[in-house]
Amino acid sequence: MIAKRVTFKRTGLPLALLAPQLAVTGIFFLWPTFVALKQSLYRSDAFGLRQVFTGLENYRALLFHGNYLATLERSGFFAGCVTVLSLAVGLVLAVMADSLGRSGRIWQALLVWPYALAPAVAGVLWAYMFDPAIGPITHALAHIGIDWNHVLNSGEAMTLIVMAAAMKQVAYNFLFYLAALQAIPKSLMEAAALDAAGPVRRLFSLIIPLIAPTTLFLLVVDLTYAFFDTFGLIDSTTYGGPGNSTTIMVYQVYKDGFIDQRFGPAAAQSMILLLLVGALTMVQFTLVERRIDY
Amino acid sequence: MFSRMKTLLAGAAMVLVATNVQAAPIKIQWWHAMNGVLGTDVDKLAHDFNASQTKYEIDPVFKGTYPQILTGAIAAFRAHQQPAIIQVFEVGTATMMAAKGAVYPVYQLMKDTGQAFDPKSYLQAVTSYYSDANGNMLSMPFNSSTPVTYINKTLFKKAGLDPDKTPTTWPEVEADAKKLRAAGVACGFTTAWPSWVLVENFNALHNLPLGTLDNGFGGLATRLDFNNPLELRMWTDLAKWEKTKIYDYGGRADTAYAKFASGQCGMMMESSASRASVLASKIDFGMGPLPYWPDVKGAPLNSIIGGATLWVLKGVPKEQYKGVAAFFAYLSQPKVQAWWHQNTGYLPITTAAYDLSKSEGYYTKNPGADVAIKQMTRGTPTANSRGLRFGSFVQIRDIIEGNLEQVVAGKKTPKQGLDDAVTQGNALLAQFQQANQ
Repeated sequence: MIAKRVTFKRTGLPLALLAPQLAVTGIFFLWPTFVALKQSLYRSDAFGLRQVFTGLENYRALLFHGNYLATLERSGFFAGCVTVLSLAVGLVLAVMADSLGRSGRIWQALLVWPYALAPAVAGVLWAYMFDPAIGPITHALAHIGIDWNHVLNSGEAMTLIVMAAAMKQVAYNFLFYLAALQAIPKSLMEAAALDAAGPVRRLFSLIIPLIAPTTLFLLVVDLTYAFFDTFGLIDSTTYGGPGNSTTIMVYQVYKDGFIDQRFGPAAAQSMILLLLVGALTMVQFTLVERRIDY
Repeated sequence: MFSRMKTLLAGAAMVLVATNVQAAPIKIQWWHAMNGVLGTDVDKLAHDFNASQTKYEIDPVFKGTYPQILTGAIAAFRAHQQPAIIQVFEVGTATMMAAKGAVYPVYQLMKDTGQAFDPKSYLQAVTSYYSDANGNMLSMPFNSSTPVTYINKTLFKKAGLDPDKTPTTWPEVEADAKKLRAAGVACGFTTAWPSWVLVENFNALHNLPLGTLDNGFGGLATRLDFNNPLELRMWTDLAKWEKTKIYDYGGRADTAYAKFASGQCGMMMESSASRASVLASKIDFGMGPLPYWPDVKGAPLNSIIGGATLWVLKGVPKEQYKGVAAFFAYLSQPKVQAWWHQNTGYLPITTAAYDLSKSEGYYTKNPGADVAIKQMTRGTPTANSRGLRFGSFVQIRDIIEGNLEQVVAGKKTPKQGLDDAVTQGNALLAQFQQANQ
């Protein structure tokens, strides 16, 4: 058994080794968080010339007035769709690539590519392909009688950003699933096959339960991604429209804070986001880390 | 960041040197949002000014989009590192105006520095947007434009319409659009900048207010009230027309431009500053003023402008302000203005520059180039057509366009959409009032 902890005799060296990391965390994470927390308790004009302490007023206004609750709901829906879609597609592709054996390598390489695409670039590409005026896919859809216009149709706008967001995450999920599948002992699968379990039966009764820890891990990662890393995608495709139908939480922060210079409400929203990401991280630490046995 | 600090330090060092030795010019930072060809034009303006005298040096810095400049300037101001001049788009006017301790009004700057300055030489329709209730100019108009109508002459001919006749009223637009559709054109007309064209300018043209207290010029207590019968009629028609593609909504900002440039729509209402791009698209096009409803008495009034102005920030070393004033005086010279106007397609800001362009034969050589300025300067601006002064207006535009989208898509009735736009916009105005009182 390998000792889990390396212990130092004195505290000087470990502190010195930790110092750079602590400094980075303090300057780039804790300090801004503190500033945002403070800002969220004030009402101020754009230039910060007049600051009035208002306590929790910014939070109250968010939760009891206006459309922030709708934004929360929308973000949940979006994140849910992206997660389910990218997990399902990632798993199916992984199972298929895994069954190909050595010849599956080329597919593996190809499928990982989308992950290397920056969200903004992916957004521009999707926006172009589906552009109501000049998009090639829009033209193709028109031939089969679908009048695609995500500029006006909120359902189509949501579909577009869900697809675009999931696309990137499919590659990530695929990688992890493939690794998980390859870790399943061949003998287990062969035994099941001998017991006359078909591929579908094997997938549901054997593979899915066995890779559950991976699924749980990916669930958290995908949710975090959908909630927080999709800003660039939305800003390059729908700008949160039509109406507010694709304005999710991060985009609302940007609109209120950076477009409208309403720093108080924007700071309050970022605090709510912070709580959310904190909760997701807790889930990851308590559930996922405990269950996965390395 | 570091390079900016370096230039600032260098600037500060130069200022110190300049007080002792006369030779080194005082550096003045100018943050702008003009990239591409326009960016080169801005550099040329600065370069020519720098060459025209030895005391000051304007240093133009491209800082990204309009919202990015505003946010960046605010952050810089809070950190006491602001530039002397920033370019702010027209909808940021209320934010700048409300920041009394942060901006140095242009009329005040000119007075304090003893720079010769005649407010009357500027085009009223341009400067009124950026003046306070007493008519004092607060910022320096720089790149101004106004929406106009573009038509595709090839498609007009195809539909049996007169390609030299741009429709001037809404019934004419409807009739022409119907003929275009009958001839197989994918859409009759579309509009870029929907809120600017169909709500802001629409009300100005028909002498209707967008909000109370003279469209916000009268104070922070202003509230929107554009849910009037005429606007309702317009939205009702737009929703009706969308169904048969007489009208086709083309998205926010100027995304609708693609529908016209790709030959899908026969007509488009879009900024006059887009003339250069339409020209480059090789479409055989004509230009005319924005349409109006002929049964409205007194219509059409002047249209209102968009674009950006130059604001002076407080708190930079004092000796820079004389240079800023000199630079603004330089920009206002007829020759400089006429060059900028003819080269970029933006409106001239002085009457002299307009006259100079006329005498140079610019408008006869470039048909359509004077549509915007004629539309801007017809009649006398009223309280309804002078301009807009609403806080949070970037988001209010979003709200207006969001509701228009839902109306056009048939998700809301025109009345519901208009009322919602007003209510939601007013919630933001109330917050803005609270934050800035």
